[in-house]
Amino acid sequence: MSNSSLWSDALRKLLKNRAAMFGVFILISLIILAILAPVISPYPYDYQNLELGASAPSSAYLLGTDTLGRDLLSRLLYGSRVSLMVGFVATAVALVIGVTWGIVSGYFGGKVDAVMMRIVDILYGLPFIIFIILLMVVFGRNIWLLFGAIGAVEWLTMARIIRGQVLSIKNQEYVLSAKAMGVSNFYMFRRHIFPNVLGPIAVYATLTIPQVMLLEAFLSFLGLGIQPPMSSWGTLIRYGVESMEEYWWLLVFPGITFTITLFSLNFFGDGLRDALDPKTSSD
Amino acid sequence: MIGIILRRILIAIPVLIVVASITFFLTRLAPGGPFDAEKKLPQEVIDNLNEVYNLNAPIYEQFYDYFSNVLVGDFGPSFRYPGRTVTEMISTGLPVTFELAFYAILFALLIGLLAGTIAALKRNTFLDYFPMAIAMLGICVPTFLLGPFLVLIFGIYLELLPVSGWDTLPGDKILPSITLGAAYAAYIARLGRGGMIEILGQDFIRTARAKGLTETKVVINHALQGGILPVVSFLGPAIAGLLAGSFVVETIFQIPGLGKFYVEAAFNRDYTMILGTTIFFSAMIIFFNLVSDILVLILNPRARDS
Repeated sequence: MSNSSLWSDALRKLLKNRAAMFGVFILISLIILAILAPVISPYPYDYQNLELGASAPSSAYLLGTDTLGRDLLSRLLYGSRVSLMVGFVATAVALVIGVTWGIVSGYFGGKVDAVMMRIVDILYGLPFIIFIILLMVVFGRNIWLLFGAIGAVEWLTMARIIRGQVLSIKNQEYVLSAKAMGVSNFYMFRRHIFPNVLGPIAVYATLTIPQVMLLEAFLSFLGLGIQPPMSSWGTLIRYGVESMEEYWWLLVFPGITFTITLFSLNFFGDGLRDALDPKTSSD
Repeated sequence: MIGIILRRILIAIPVLIVVASITFFLTRLAPGGPFDAEKKLPQEVIDNLNEVYNLNAPIYEQFYDYFSNVLVGDFGPSFRYPGRTVTEMISTGLPVTFELAFYAILFALLIGLLAGTIAALKRNTFLDYFPMAIAMLGICVPTFLLGPFLVLIFGIYLELLPVSGWDTLPGDKILPSITLGAAYAAYIARLGRGGMIEILGQDFIRTARAKGLTETKVVINHALQGGILPVVSFLGPAIAGLLAGSFVVETIFQIPGLGKFYVEAAFNRDYTMILGTTIFFSAMIIFFNLVSDILVLILNPRARDS
């Protein structure tokens, strides 16, 4: 039952952290808006009003329109679905690979650990940004490939963190005594190891999401990520930059939305880390 | 220590070989040839092109030929720009990218170390909170947003600085360098602050102060060497990020550097160019990681034992 008190302690600390709560509030609102996008968008995302063309924010088009007369607000709402989905899916991919790798490596130790960690070391040395670009070029700009490629890059740090955590849990008395009683490896993972690495997993996952979203936006900005007619915040920023001299709103609104989201995720991740890490409580 | 350095170098070599081979086979695997034009070319032309680019030989022979050429610095011809070689393009683009990266790092170190040190010395005052809030902003605002915003403000509305180009108008290097360096300035400020706070709390600093040294001397002669350790170990991996940043910055500001060539090559599916630059970039990143690892070993006696 000590487990539940750790989490309720953490929750109490988190609730007191104003920056983190602000982040949570923004994030929850964004997720709701993204889910409701088809219902609340003033226009369909591919609706064009060619006669109107680009127009500044007005009562009909709250955030203005682009050169094809498409409503920026609607496109931002639909774009949030793609951007947030990339964030969550790619992080989930990284999580699954990294956690499995780290637990197996740390728990079995010895030669298994040495080999697995050398592999991580070698992969760490690879220039991944370039590698993802290469993958996108060779296999076409496919959104699922993008998820996979980004996830496959981000798992390395996760594997290292989890391995360290498992190593320290492994030698604690309750684990040793469980081993002495002859419990199976699977039971050991489920009952003793996994619950104790949940904290670092939660922290690292929230801090990975903004990195992943940044990577997607970076690729989309270069024209190597999400392809039209689909749009993500990255592609909207790309169009915004192209036409910023005449139509500032096309850059400013997507830019601000994206930045605020990154801020919120970072605040929330930092808050979570402070709340779950007993070492920071004195500070 | 020599042993550790040698081991690092020994790890770096297989990494480079793995990268080079994977890149080579990926580009050869890529669907569609480099000559897929809108118009279908006559078979003889394709055959000739394949002959020129050595695409008829068995793959292992191509592999062998390519890498024996790379070892003497020949990355082969470009697929897209007939008559130009990849080596030529790298050697024209590289000095520009290096110059840009140099100014960016210089800006980042100057601003970052200054802000970090001041924040650490004036802990929990306005001079700590304000630079750190700006630093948080610098980390969260990505290069591809910061650049256009700076252009919008200083280039278009205030008309103070040129909006694009490199070495053509006076002052056209300022905005790109700041754009590329800003995030690093922010990281360095945070790392420098953390490192300095840790060092300033240690006994030898108290001793130095007790000796009656001025605060400036304490900081410069005693604290800075230890305080910048986290910054030094950050610089190596930062080079990789700097390259990615140069893709964006060179695209935004129309700078004829390696980053812009690379993005164009990726767009045009210029496979030999991608292959050559990828191998080249990887070698650079691995090299700089190595250098920063070794620097940390030299600066921090404690890291040598582990």
